[in-house]
Amino acid sequence: MPAAVESPSATPLARKVKHRFFSPARVWALATNTLTELVRLKVFYFLLIFALLQIGSSLLFVRFTFQGQFQMLKDTSLGAMSIFTSMLAILATANLLPKDVEDRTLYTILAKPVPRFEYLTGKLLGVFLLLLISILVMGAMFAVVLWWRVHVVAGEILSGGEPPDAVNQNLSELYASAYDPALWAGGLIIYTKAALLASLTLFVSTFATSSIFTISVSVAGVFIGQLLGTARDYWQTTGTLAPNSLLDVAFFKPVVLIFPDLQAFNLVEEIIAGAHVAPWLVAKTIGLGVTYVLVYLFAGYFMFAKREI
Amino acid sequence: MQPLPSPPGRLRAFGRRYAVGILLVLGFGLARLPFERGLARERVANSVNSVALDLSVRERVTQNEFIAALGGFRSLVADLLWIEALTDWERVEYGKMNLKFGTVTTLVPHNVMFWDMAGWHMAYNASVAVMEDPKEPKIAVRKKRQREYFVLGRDYIEHGIKNNPQSATLYHMLGEIEQRKFEDHLAASAAYEKASECPHAMTYEKRDAAYELAKVPGREREAWQRLRALYDMGPQERLPTLETDLRDLEEKLQLPPEQRVYKPR
Repeated sequence: MPAAVESPSATPLARKVKHRFFSPARVWALATNTLTELVRLKVFYFLLIFALLQIGSSLLFVRFTFQGQFQMLKDTSLGAMSIFTSMLAILATANLLPKDVEDRTLYTILAKPVPRFEYLTGKLLGVFLLLLISILVMGAMFAVVLWWRVHVVAGEILSGGEPPDAVNQNLSELYASAYDPALWAGGLIIYTKAALLASLTLFVSTFATSSIFTISVSVAGVFIGQLLGTARDYWQTTGTLAPNSLLDVAFFKPVVLIFPDLQAFNLVEEIIAGAHVAPWLVAKTIGLGVTYVLVYLFAGYFMFAKREI
Repeated sequence: MQPLPSPPGRLRAFGRRYAVGILLVLGFGLARLPFERGLARERVANSVNSVALDLSVRERVTQNEFIAALGGFRSLVADLLWIEALTDWERVEYGKMNLKFGTVTTLVPHNVMFWDMAGWHMAYNASVAVMEDPKEPKIAVRKKRQREYFVLGRDYIEHGIKNNPQSATLYHMLGEIEQRKFEDHLAASAAYEKASECPHAMTYEKRDAAYELAKVPGREREAWQRLRALYDMGPQERLPTLETDLRDLEEKLQLPPEQRVYKPR
């Protein structure tokens, strides 16, 4: 008797794979590919500049008191982290869509059953990974330089010939002025702000016709976002901008509604200054940033969904 | 098979998508405004709200520095101005230095170090420099200018305390200026006492408050009570100055032997 032959439709190859509307695996694949592409562009070279800045600033501030040294080292390092991550977020994201169009990678991806929302999410996640790696490396460099300076100053205090009480007091002041656990919260806020700028840039790039336009609008968004609160206070206190006036309705309100208010993220400066910032305030600021990211991503999707490519 | 939409239909669908995207951003803008206002109020309540930049700051910094400050890099601009101010110090240009200190403390009002150092430079270094100014022959004028710098130094510290009411460092510096420059021991004692109540205060603040009170005529009994309370806390508080002050006050107050720490011979 001949052996029973299995129906061809039952073999794994022929089994129909159900296509899922949203697949984290596909998004992850897009994200890691985006990260690889960005790394190949040698974007991490800016870390060399950061390292030089760290070493240079730590040597420049040697003549100050140790409180001054550490204050300025923190200002310079976190300020540079903020500048570099913001620049990286805007420049890396602005080029994503135009480059994929130019390389024709976009057609290859979208010809497959990859929804455009997944494509945008994957691209953005790739930039987030790049920003995460950058901020972690910069944070590690900062920690090393800080530890090195503390080590040097502690050595000077110990060999200064002061009485033991004074040495202990100086050492406790040294550690208090150098190590502040709240600096981690500062790093988190810097990262959130950079992620927000990346999503804003992606949103702009979904309808922009060139990278230059995208970069210009995003950089303008940074300045507008920083200026919004100050401008509102100034105009309202001086009476230049009456509520519901033509200027208010036609100009100020649309700008306020479209651009993010970045002053909320200036909390970093207070953290560097050593001011006590309540954890819930940090959490709310990060929550606000995450909401901005999601809204700009969805808005970008609506812009990109039916765009002719 | 569904037919492809006609070009005007495609255009309408495309326009609808754009409209949805823009409405989403505008709608979120409307929804977030009350939250952001609330957050700003909470920042004020939590004393971490930076002072808004105004035109007076613009007049005192370069255009680039002002733009950097607007761009959210106030601390960096403040550091840069601080370094410039220290160069002015080396050139003995205290007027310029004072202007820069004013700008730095306006830019970063919650940074205690800048208030502390600005107050110290004015009350200690600038005041000494004007007293030794060879270009000014009149001693009376020198003294007047010296006092002006004492007051300026104290002003910095008092403004710093208004912005950072929990700073033991600033209260301590206020105490030092009151003690050493104005010789107002009552005010110095009050400042040290305030410092001792702040978080992370040094243990010597309470002793300093009592030492200063001991120098105030008419407050000897209160000072003795405070010093006695510190003495009773144990050997770690029984420092030479405390013991000397305690003995002097016991003599001055003519306390009966059973109340004294140091029995009369």
